Amino acid sequence: MKLFEVFLRAKSGLSHKHVGSVHATDADMAMQNARDLYTRREEGESIWVVDSTQIVSSNPTNKDAYFAPAEDKIYRHPSFYPFDKEVKNI
Amino acid sequence: MQDYVQNLADNTLILGQRLAEWCGLGPFLEEDLALTNTCLDIIGQAKMLLEFAAELKEGNETADDLAFMRDQHEFKNVILVEQPNGDYSQTMLRQYFMDVYHVHLYQALSTSTNQKLAGIAAKSLKEVVYHLERSELWIKRMALGTDESFQRVQASLDKLWHYHHELFEETESLTELVKQGIAADPNVLKQLWLKDVNALLASTPLEIPQKGWKATGGRKGHHSEYLGLMLCEMQFLQRAYPNSEW
Repeated sequence: MKLFEVFLRAKSGLSHKHVGSVHATDADMAMQNARDLYTRREEGESIWVVDSTQIVSSNPTNKDAYFAPAEDKIYRHPSFYPFDKEVKNI
Repeated sequence: MQDYVQNLADNTLILGQRLAEWCGLGPFLEEDLALTNTCLDIIGQAKMLLEFAAELKEGNETADDLAFMRDQHEFKNVILVEQPNGDYSQTMLRQYFMDVYHVHLYQALSTSTNQKLAGIAAKSLKEVVYHLERSELWIKRMALGTDESFQRVQASLDKLWHYHHELFEETESLTELVKQGIAADPNVLKQLWLKDVNALLASTPLEIPQKGWKATGGRKGHHSEYLGLMLCEMQFLQRAYPNSEW
C-alpha cells in the first residue's frame, strides 16, 4: 500500500496544515481514510491528500548550507522601523 | 406503524452488530477505523429508531429492552443484515446493498408526514451518503482488482443477491402507511435501488446470478440460523445481569 500525507484546513480563511499520513491503495481511498481518521471530531472542513513520494523535501545533511547563513542576517527582519505612536496592535 | 419502525430499527441494529464484529480485526488500521466509524453511525441510527419504536409500543419497554430482551422471532430485520461477515467482499457487498437502500429510504422518509421519522431520516441521510461512497468504491476496487478479488466479490454476489428482494416486500399495512405519506413506497425504492446497483455492476465484470430464490420471512420474525447465535452474544450481558450499568 502507498503512503499519503494528509493536510487539513480547520476553517475557511486558514491554510491547510499537515496533520499526519494514511495508508491507502489509491487516492480515493486515501481521501476517505483521511476523512475517517482525521476529521472524526470536527477538526476540519477541507482535506488534501498527497502521495508521499510526490513531495520533494530538503535533505537534512544540507541543513547548515540551507539554513545557517540566515542566522546572522538580522537586517532581513523588518525590525528597524520606528512605529508611529498612533498605530496600535503591531 | 410500530411494525414498520421496528423493521427499520432492527435492520440497523443487526447490521451494526455485525459490523462491530470487525472491530480490531479490519484488514489494516485505517480501514479498521473507517468501518468502525460506519458501524457507530449505524448503531446511532438504531438507537434513534429503537427509541421511536419503543415509544410507539406504548408500554414500559425502553430501546434497550427492545435490543436486549427480545427473542429471535420478535426481530423484524431482513435476513440480509444477519448474514455472516464472511470475507471482506461479503461484508462490503452486504454493506453496499444496505447503503444504496438506506440512501433512498432516508431520502424518501425525510419528507415523511410523520415528523419524528422525517427528523431521524434527515439526520441519518448525511451519514449513509458517505457510507455508500465508501462501499461503492470497495466493490469497484475488488471487482476490477486482481483475479482473486474478482472471484471473491463475484462469489459474494452469487450468495447475497437473493436477499435483496426482502427489502422491498409489500404488505397491506405498509401500503396503508405509504398512502398516508408516512412510509417510503417499496416499489419506488426497488426501482431506485436496482438502477443504482445495475449501474455499478455494469461498470465491472460482475454478473448477477440469473436463477435463484427470494429471501423472505425476516419481517415476520422467521430468520436464518445466524441470528440466534448472534443474539446470544449480543444479549448475553443484559440477560445474565439484567439492568446492569457501566
